Amino acid sequence: MKAVRLLAAVTALALLGGCADDAAAPPAGGNGIGGELTVFAAASLTESFTRIGRDFEAAHQGVQVTFSFAGSSALATQINQGAPADVFASAAPAPMATVTEAGNADGEPATFVRNQLVIAVPQGNPDRVTGLSDLTRPGAKVALCAEQVPCGAAARTVLDAAGVALTPVTLEQDVKAALSKVRLGEVDAALVYRTDVRAADAEVDGVEFPESAGAINDYPIVLLKDATNKPTARAFLEYVRSDTGQAVLTEAGFQAP
Amino acid sequence: MTRTVRTRTRRTGRIPIGLLVPAALGLVFLVLPLVGLLVRTPWSTLPQRLTEPGVLTALRLSVQTASLATLLCLVLGIPLAWLLARVSFPGRRVVRALITVPLVLPPVVGGVALLLVFGRRGLVGSWLDSTFGITLPFTTTAVVLAEAFVAMPFLIIAVEGALRGADTRYEEAAATLGAGRWTTFTHVTLPLVAPGIAAGAVLCWARALGEFGATITFAGNYPGRTQTMPLAVYLALETDLEAAIVLSLILLTVSVVILACLRDRWISSS
Repeated sequence: MKAVRLLAAVTALALLGGCADDAAAPPAGGNGIGGELTVFAAASLTESFTRIGRDFEAAHQGVQVTFSFAGSSALATQINQGAPADVFASAAPAPMATVTEAGNADGEPATFVRNQLVIAVPQGNPDRVTGLSDLTRPGAKVALCAEQVPCGAAARTVLDAAGVALTPVTLEQDVKAALSKVRLGEVDAALVYRTDVRAADAEVDGVEFPESAGAINDYPIVLLKDATNKPTARAFLEYVRSDTGQAVLTEAGFQAP
Repeated sequence: MTRTVRTRTRRTGRIPIGLLVPAALGLVFLVLPLVGLLVRTPWSTLPQRLTEPGVLTALRLSVQTASLATLLCLVLGIPLAWLLARVSFPGRRVVRALITVPLVLPPVVGGVALLLVFGRRGLVGSWLDSTFGITLPFTTTAVVLAEAFVAMPFLIIAVEGALRGADTRYEEAAATLGAGRWTTFTHVTLPLVAPGIAAGAVLCWARALGEFGATITFAGNYPGRTQTMPLAVYLALETDLEAAIVLSLILLTVSVVILACLRDRWISSS
């Protein structure tokens, strides 16, 4: 079944690639799909996109996918400053908007997954954190993301909506940095994405809290205007949004859009 | 001054083109990024951007922590440099190599190492926490420690170089006149190498001012407490390129002024 679906996907992509009339199409097996593909993706996509990239390479011989994972806003800045990339996957619409407004996107961004915040605590939840209000206990050390990055903006929205006055000990530059402070035991809790907690399975636990429904992050993905390998980039976009790609993302803890 | 330069040029003849071209390219390569920063600076909005409270807070914190870090480096670094220059002991080469490790170590690695030692679960940190209730990460003290860790080699190398270059006969003379070792050190050695110490301290301060990797890893980022200028630059880059350029310009100006003042002393003392 899986093989049949994969075959269908490959055929569809082959047709799609065949239709593309990109002059800079790399040499490939007739359908224009091949060569190197550079994907700029949000840090929170590290594990799932690495896997999707490997699957995509397996499905298309001769394709080599290179990822640059970092904070979405930093990636957006890099793209706008001319960094060579074919695809951009952002953890929130705001960094994506800076890319589209600068005229660096080819077509409209499409939301491919959504992500929700959880409270990351050390394994076993030693402080018995059950919700946001527990984070304001005296002496509790909490790490948040800086508001300039998507996870920080989401955390701010959630805290404001819940009316929780939380003073973090640090505002980290991306979600992985906030989580690593929990892993190291330097903070008691951090607000991170559910997917990050799942990726760090062995060391941290995630505490779900109802207020997080108020700030769910949409992840948009787009083909970039200056992409040098558009047929392959389009095939990759399709692959991410296909059932196979979505299955990997769901398993990582993302929600369908 | 002018005359000596002129005679030297005459003696060596014309500068070979094979040296001049790469030298010019090297200069352009090093200076061009700085020019790029100046070209893109939003000069019209610069004054009001400089007075934004966040900028001043970060700048003040940067200057304070860099100064404290330099003080710490002076207190610990001068004796260490003296030991390396004046006392021969087994393993001196190893000690000297270890001291210079922070020079080549990626600062982030330094930050991780500091976290593993002084963090709440660290070797020393867990003891500090359980005995005194002190936790270092996410405090201004952590910023000072991170900066001192990265900057101290600059001071030690400068002071050790000055000590090795200094004439030991003055110290011997002081000793024969009945001065104790401590008196000799404070009254003869220190004044003798004062320019070297000053040069090392300024370089150390400039390095501490620019510290980023170890700080963001070990001390975190919180406005007014641990967010120094380099951290503010990095986060400004996430949303506002112009703000990042302005902050970078301030750091660049401070660094250039410091190094320009230092140049002559640095050369004469080493």
